[in-house]
Amino acid sequence: MKAPHAIDAGPPHAASVVARTQESPTIFTLELRLDDAAAQAAYRFAPGQFNMLYLYGVGEVPISIMSDPEARNGIGHTIRAVGRVTRGLAALQPGDRVGLRGPFGRGWPLQEMGGCDVVLVTGGLGCAPAVSVIHYVLRRRERFGKLVIIQGVKHADDLIWREQYDHWAKLPDTQVLVAADEGGALWPWHVGRVTELFDLARFNPTRAVAMMCGPEGMMRVAADNLLARGLPESQLFLSMERNMQCAVGRCGHCQLGGAFVCRDGPVFNWGEVKILLSHRGF
Amino acid sequence: MFSQPDRARFLPLAHLHALVAQLMQMGYQCLGPAVENGAIVMRELDDPAGLPRGLQAEQAPGRYRLTRDPHNRYFAWANGPQAIKPQAFAAKESLWRVERDDAGALQFAAVVPAAPAQAIIGVRACDLAALALQDAHFLPAGRRDAHYAQRREQLFLVAVQCAEPGATCFCASTGDGPTPTAGYDLALAELAEGFVAVAGSAKGNAVLDALSLSPATPQQIEAARQQGQAAAAAQTRSLPGRNLREALMSRLEHPRWDEVAARCLACGNCTAVCPTCFCHAEIDEPALDGGASEHARQWDSCFGEAHGHLHGFDVRSDIRTRYRQWLTHKLATWHDQFGRSGCVGCGRCIAWCPVGIDLTEEVAALTASEVQP
Amino acid sequence: MNSAINNSIRPRVAVHKFSSCDGCQLALLNLGEDLLALAERVDLVHFAEAGPLDPDTDVDVAFVEGSVSTPEDIERIQHIRQHSRLLIPIGACATAGGIQALRNGADGAQWVAQIYSHPEAISSLAQSTPIASHVKVDFELWGCPVSGPQMLAVVNALLLGVAPRDNADKVCTECKRQGHACVMVSRGIACMGPVTRAGCGALCPGLGRDCYGCYGPAENANTDALAAQFASLGLAPRDIVQRFQSINSQAPVFLAAADKIRLRGDE
Repeated sequence: MKAPHAIDAGPPHAASVVARTQESPTIFTLELRLDDAAAQAAYRFAPGQFNMLYLYGVGEVPISIMSDPEARNGIGHTIRAVGRVTRGLAALQPGDRVGLRGPFGRGWPLQEMGGCDVVLVTGGLGCAPAVSVIHYVLRRRERFGKLVIIQGVKHADDLIWREQYDHWAKLPDTQVLVAADEGGALWPWHVGRVTELFDLARFNPTRAVAMMCGPEGMMRVAADNLLARGLPESQLFLSMERNMQCAVGRCGHCQLGGAFVCRDGPVFNWGEVKILLSHRGF
Repeated sequence: MFSQPDRARFLPLAHLHALVAQLMQMGYQCLGPAVENGAIVMRELDDPAGLPRGLQAEQAPGRYRLTRDPHNRYFAWANGPQAIKPQAFAAKESLWRVERDDAGALQFAAVVPAAPAQAIIGVRACDLAALALQDAHFLPAGRRDAHYAQRREQLFLVAVQCAEPGATCFCASTGDGPTPTAGYDLALAELAEGFVAVAGSAKGNAVLDALSLSPATPQQIEAARQQGQAAAAAQTRSLPGRNLREALMSRLEHPRWDEVAARCLACGNCTAVCPTCFCHAEIDEPALDGGASEHARQWDSCFGEAHGHLHGFDVRSDIRTRYRQWLTHKLATWHDQFGRSGCVGCGRCIAWCPVGIDLTEEVAALTASEVQP
Repeated sequence: MNSAINNSIRPRVAVHKFSSCDGCQLALLNLGEDLLALAERVDLVHFAEAGPLDPDTDVDVAFVEGSVSTPEDIERIQHIRQHSRLLIPIGACATAGGIQALRNGADGAQWVAQIYSHPEAISSLAQSTPIASHVKVDFELWGCPVSGPQMLAVVNALLLGVAPRDNADKVCTECKRQGHACVMVSRGIACMGPVTRAGCGALCPGLGRDCYGCYGPAENANTDALAAQFASLGLAPRDIVQRFQSINSQAPVFLAAADKIRLRGDE
């Protein structure tokens, strides 16, 4: 789970927007490329890690990397325009420049999941840090058992990558369970809480790895369900979100108990964080 | 500072200025105690003989008053609101700079701080212990913070044994004072006729050698040792243990957190004066002409709104969770990060809390009762 | 706020005045060279204190100084709102009604009768109210007066196409960063810093005096705890009420703090 390559805490590296995709009214994807070709060629990340993206004159935000870890041409970030920086990033077009530092943090435990069923439980934009895991598994399909992809959104319109979910649902040994609290016309999936779908997931709990990313309330319910079905705690992982400003465990904002989420996370084993997650304020 | 008595020297009272002059001659900008806003602060000395005498600091929760020391000593004041922290971990500094040309291309460059060689005269054992913790945070092997390192390496620390602890002090309880044991270049213990002086580094030795001082007598060393013991015994506050991790983490829903939140202003003064608090915010300051921007960091506090802010989710929206974050980090989860508590017993958070919240009293109240189910 | 401004053109900016002392406009004027640099990047179409007069034209950003205090003010602020893409009240008058809002809790007509020889010539509303009580605002800059650097930061953010950075932290955060010892602790004076919004750079504590709250309430302002501390410093309830009832008397948090103490006094 160690960072295979990292650009340190120094100034960001100049990068250019090479493609921009509007995924939903508020969600967009920026594909970036480091201006230094050698640095771009050498750039490696592990699924679950994040970059700090810098918008000129405004500041930095941590954004998880959603692209395929094998891809060499660009680095993908799917972003919701909600804050000062992300709304500013939303206005960028191909050719525009940003700064990039990264990758940072501890990613998903890919080495440890060989031979296992892989269960991904995500909510909202929590699907972004998980999508690179899906790519990773699909590229090495023979090494894994069943792949279960569970995704929940508030409203049907919030679901991004619809075609991808349709595509994955047709693959062998792959189960896709999608729910929206509020459905819409032509919504083919479940209407209701994503947690209502957990019982439909088919996997062998004694030989599975589960990974969660989404609202903490959803992850707590998912954890209860998965553990009750017999998944060992050691096989349950989640990606945490906290205020991150330095990304190297220095600025102090992202502390979760003794852990610096930016450095010791964002991916944790359930056992590392379960107690603090039951207390509001950590 | 008394582990090698044969190396201790004696600096007569009338020669204190010679020490400052020597440091100045060696190129150090010398910071020493000065009075500002009714408190002892560290400011640049322009005259080697400019150290104030006869000041004492009467401290209580939410209260700090300067008084006259009947013995007219140089260092009878226990401490002021700050000592070393701002010199190593600047309250605000630029980290890097970016220039943007007309085509929108960005060019990033690190900003290297211009840190003068500085000697700080009058730091206390608690300050040295705190600096060691700041070093552990900012200078871990392989992940050194360049800006902190630049300032830190320029410091020459003249420590002083505390003879008159403040009523808010509890360094004896945390094991960090009142006599300096490590981390100084020079350490002084003030006696009526002068100072027992000990070097703690090669730089310190060079200064002592240059002053051609006679050895301290066994009587002087013993007097200084006893003075330290008396200062420890005079402390009235304490923490109930040096590792309160389990004691506090098992009481996260204790009603006392609500009580202290009703009194707490969430002003963050405790975190600003705390010599071990390291949180900082990163901000951008673009130039008005649109061609450049400075990316700076500045002290931040877990008592502020933005500290735990995420879009759609404020991790700590109320004062209760902010105070609890501060106290549990300082005294509990600090052990996970640095192998000890983050409190060095300086008592600044008690004295400089505008409403006088007493950390030792809060901890006593929290840990007195049974663990919550 | 939806703040995107096309970078290639100079945004049109207006500075309007309502019931106020002009101090916030002066804060802008006092920027000197920075104001000239600003004028390079924006088109200052209306700024009476500086010269340009064109109050009715459409603008990208309207800064509004002063409170709504006369019947004419009500119509004018609606007009400005209709002609401004972004509207940003600046200063205590515009954000909380200002010093003139002290009349809100008093008999204003009686005051007018006592002061003016021809009270009938005065046409003012019974209440002095902030701009946000009348029209939608996009951002607010507090302070009496606002600080020049704060104004520049707002303009800079708008030029970059992003929302300005809001800082609702306490004055204490700026005070400690600047290395000032806390005057409440070292001198026992009743400083409003712990409940007051940052932005001034801790001017007053830096000069050894107490903050008097001219930047209005900070986030999570624990006015109860501060009032209790003021009492233990020896302030009478009436004096504590006055601490909260000055320049930002009608800011809801300060008004509630004062009312609570008054109510306790009445019991």
